[in-house]
Amino acid sequence: MLKVNEELCIGCGICEESCPFGAIEIENGCAVIGESCNLCGACIETCEVEALTLEVERTAKVDIDDWSGILVYCEYRRGELAPVSLELLGIGRTLADKRKVKLSAVLIGYETGETGEELIGYGADIVYRVDHEALGVFTDENYCAVVTDLVKEHKPEIVLAGATAIGRSFIPGVATTLNAGLTADCTQLEIREEDGALLQTRPAFGGNIMATIVCESSRPQMSTVRPKVMKALEFDGGRKGEIVDIVPSPAQLKSRVKVLEIVVEEAANVNIQEADILVSGGRGLESAKGFELIRQLADMIDARVSASRAVVDAGWIPYPHQVGQTGKTVAPQLYIACGISGAVQHAAGMQSAETIVAINRDKNAPIFDIADYGIVGDLFEIIPRLMSKIEERR
Amino acid sequence: MDYFISEEQQMIVDIARQITDERIIPSRAELDENHEFPRKILDELAQADLFSVLIPEAYGGFGGGCLDIVLILEQLSRGCVGVGTAFAANFLGAYPIVLAGSDEMKQKYLPAIATGEKFAAFGLTEANAGSDASGIQTTAVLDGDEWVLNGTKQWITNGGEAQIYTVVTITDRSRGPRGASLFVVEEGDPGFSCGPKEKKMGIRASSTTELIFKDCRIPKDRLIGRKGTGFITVMKTLDLSRPGIAALGIGLAQGALDEAAPYAKQRKQFDKPIIAFQAVQHLLADIAIGIESARALVYAAAKHIQAYPKDMSKASSMCKVYATDMAMKATTDAVQVMGGYGYMCEYPVEKMMRDAKILQIYEGTNQIQRNVIGQELNKEYSK
Amino acid sequence: MNIIVCIKQVPDAKDVRLDPETNTLAREGVESIMNPYDQHALEEAVRLKETHGGEVTVITMGPPQAEEILRLAISCGADKVALVSDRAFAGADTWATAYTLEQAIRTLGDFDLILCGKQAIDGDTAQVGPGLAMRLDIPYITCAQKIRESDSNRFIVERMMDDGYDVVEITLPALLSVVKNINEPRVPSLKGKMRAKKAVITTLSADDINADHACIGLPGSPTQVVNVFPPSARGGRAIFTGSLDEQIDQLVDKLIPFIQPGGAQ
Repeated sequence: MLKVNEELCIGCGICEESCPFGAIEIENGCAVIGESCNLCGACIETCEVEALTLEVERTAKVDIDDWSGILVYCEYRRGELAPVSLELLGIGRTLADKRKVKLSAVLIGYETGETGEELIGYGADIVYRVDHEALGVFTDENYCAVVTDLVKEHKPEIVLAGATAIGRSFIPGVATTLNAGLTADCTQLEIREEDGALLQTRPAFGGNIMATIVCESSRPQMSTVRPKVMKALEFDGGRKGEIVDIVPSPAQLKSRVKVLEIVVEEAANVNIQEADILVSGGRGLESAKGFELIRQLADMIDARVSASRAVVDAGWIPYPHQVGQTGKTVAPQLYIACGISGAVQHAAGMQSAETIVAINRDKNAPIFDIADYGIVGDLFEIIPRLMSKIEERR
Repeated sequence: MDYFISEEQQMIVDIARQITDERIIPSRAELDENHEFPRKILDELAQADLFSVLIPEAYGGFGGGCLDIVLILEQLSRGCVGVGTAFAANFLGAYPIVLAGSDEMKQKYLPAIATGEKFAAFGLTEANAGSDASGIQTTAVLDGDEWVLNGTKQWITNGGEAQIYTVVTITDRSRGPRGASLFVVEEGDPGFSCGPKEKKMGIRASSTTELIFKDCRIPKDRLIGRKGTGFITVMKTLDLSRPGIAALGIGLAQGALDEAAPYAKQRKQFDKPIIAFQAVQHLLADIAIGIESARALVYAAAKHIQAYPKDMSKASSMCKVYATDMAMKATTDAVQVMGGYGYMCEYPVEKMMRDAKILQIYEGTNQIQRNVIGQELNKEYSK
Repeated sequence: MNIIVCIKQVPDAKDVRLDPETNTLAREGVESIMNPYDQHALEEAVRLKETHGGEVTVITMGPPQAEEILRLAISCGADKVALVSDRAFAGADTWATAYTLEQAIRTLGDFDLILCGKQAIDGDTAQVGPGLAMRLDIPYITCAQKIRESDSNRFIVERMMDDGYDVVEITLPALLSVVKNINEPRVPSLKGKMRAKKAVITTLSADDINADHACIGLPGSPTQVVNVFPPSARGGRAIFTGSLDEQIDQLVDKLIPFIQPGGAQ
């Protein structure tokens, strides 16, 4: 419960303003906590007289000391390892070294070939390889059962997975079954010095706020991690590690969902979250035809094409290309926004790009507030000239 | 200003506003450019029950009045007068049935209009009968159990898109105004067809065609009201519907102000936003004055019409003239405020200016409306 | 077909910002809305009801003010609503929320299908749907973008993936979380709004749903927020100067490192 010490409270109203839920009101010179308090704690730090306290009685559900090691889920689909898997091994290695524990990887799929060995080269000490025909296509229940049982058996203190369509779908199922805390879409992972707990930092409210989250009394500590944020290690073929082959039990393969067909769109160009460079189009393109220009530029510089919500809604390009709050969140090295005004809903999906370039006719467009480089002008004039200049220069 | 509309009316406004903001405004430029009928938007309006507003409760409607329709049309036309016109013309087609149809006829048509399943149109104008309705040449002759219609109606809104047409014909030329009768003609009736879509200066989302009757045979019970009462029903229909056209003017002018004012705040010349110049401020102020005074008049006229069904003409004509002349001026000035940008198709105000013109012309030109007002004054001061 | 839709009231995120100076949330003028993805879930439920008959029940866990979005749900076609609200639920993370919704749904009775939005735009976690399905021991699909076929015990659904989509078959009862291209939500109807105005909203407390107090709210949540801070500010406003040609030249200088073979750096 959030408590107000009436002796200390001076009724200054700072907490009232700080509350994101509008739950605090000052009555008779003292803060009163209303029904909509969500115990978020935002007010506590703002109180200059320390009149607010949050007391939580928590019964430890597990013995934390029983859990040790780090487990990374490595995603394998259609004969390919998702690049985020290597990034997870990179951060996983850092965390494991800090905790002085082993880094294990779990590889689920069918006909995974040399992928297990590859994972060792990228940092894994142990690879649990679950290579089975029934796991060749992704189903939540089968993948969930395999990972859950593995965690129950080996009791890792930390479990990491990519915040991809697959990871974000079945990992919450694993966490629920294990009664574990799970933090989605982390962009930063660190070990807390005093007790070795995992500090998981993630954006919330569409990227307007960063929140750091811990699991004080539950294990494992689980996170999904945003692609393109962590760095993979250099491959080292000389690294030693162990591959453990696991045969899934029939009980693990009882999915009530059957995959009938896998449809890959535009030779995987829709996977904008894995792109290094994105050329993104907005309303300034004026029509579906305008996208041709964007595509040409993208082809030329080996980029993929993304879009703002307005043009997806207008039907100029399909939804999987949408960047923003109700689309995808991307973090490419380079994001070229063409004719995108950059409303906060769009910015939420792309402001963690390393470099942002904006081309827009309106010099007051908010996109320029977050862009590293900007040109004000007509994109139909600028892009063709940009393309011919790039051609000259290389 | 707050006009203290009822809670139900506020609900109607909220729904119409949401459809306007989310559906009409994003698609209006495309509808205009392609002369495309807004089928999807009308389906949306039907789903939201807005077609039921004017239909009496006994026939599956909401039983609303003139002001309710005014409130809807004001919102829709803030987005697009073409869409507003299509919506308004549906009620224009339905009014004669509501006003003069038999119970059987109402049962047959009104519930389907209320759900939006069927769409209506009103056929009055002909090549030689515009402001002067006595020039009507379309005839209806009783032949056994059927009426046989011959003639051509011109510039009929919702032509080719509607399923129900209320059509004005002459059943007895010797009786003058008392020789006109109204009929319901349905899509698919033998001998009835619609001409090609006309190309127009504005309101391009609405459909305008000829209605062609060549020995068009319809059952006897399609006569609306009694034979010879057509002209009276038409006059009442137009009196009731004109405030709707006025509402289109208010919404249109509001839409233009909503474009011009933010533009004036953002556009800088001589190192200042142009709204800082009095020359621009005065243009915007006059638009705002025009909108608010027209709104006050239209709402008051709509309420008056609801309360005094026998004394509608003057109020109806006055609000139509005032609001639509205002809309023409407001949209012209909005283009002026936005200068060269305003003249470009990329910005919506040029379309608004094109759309405004028709409001001064259709449902009785503003000159005819002034005649009506003048005649009413003449009557009043003769007492 | 009896369908339960789980919805959430969220702050309209365009308004939510952390003041970088005071490190507090500026909430001036922040409006509450129905989570956008949930609007699509509700629309899909109403369409399924229109095809198959049955009832749509909408539930939300939240403060008393969340009643507003339940009324909105009624005006958009929901038949029944329930507000799961109790001070004791405050501070729930996704685990505790899934538990609470599970208890509420068990209290409400039988269902054929549960629909929810892919994620809420305030937390962006996408965890409650799968968590709820696991707790109820029913199969689930996340990111459903199209229901191709539906009958009383079997659905064929397109599930959006990173590289396209999978076509999957799922047996009912089941849970689907939906993305926004599954449909276009309708605007509330006049009749719906009138019904919503008159509706009496049932509130379910922790005791009403037989919740174990150790599993709800902040105490029942395995995760805790220990710090909130504003994201590091980005560059911004570096608009090139000079003639358009000069500007484009400057841009090409910046772009070349990214597009040379070998990529950046």
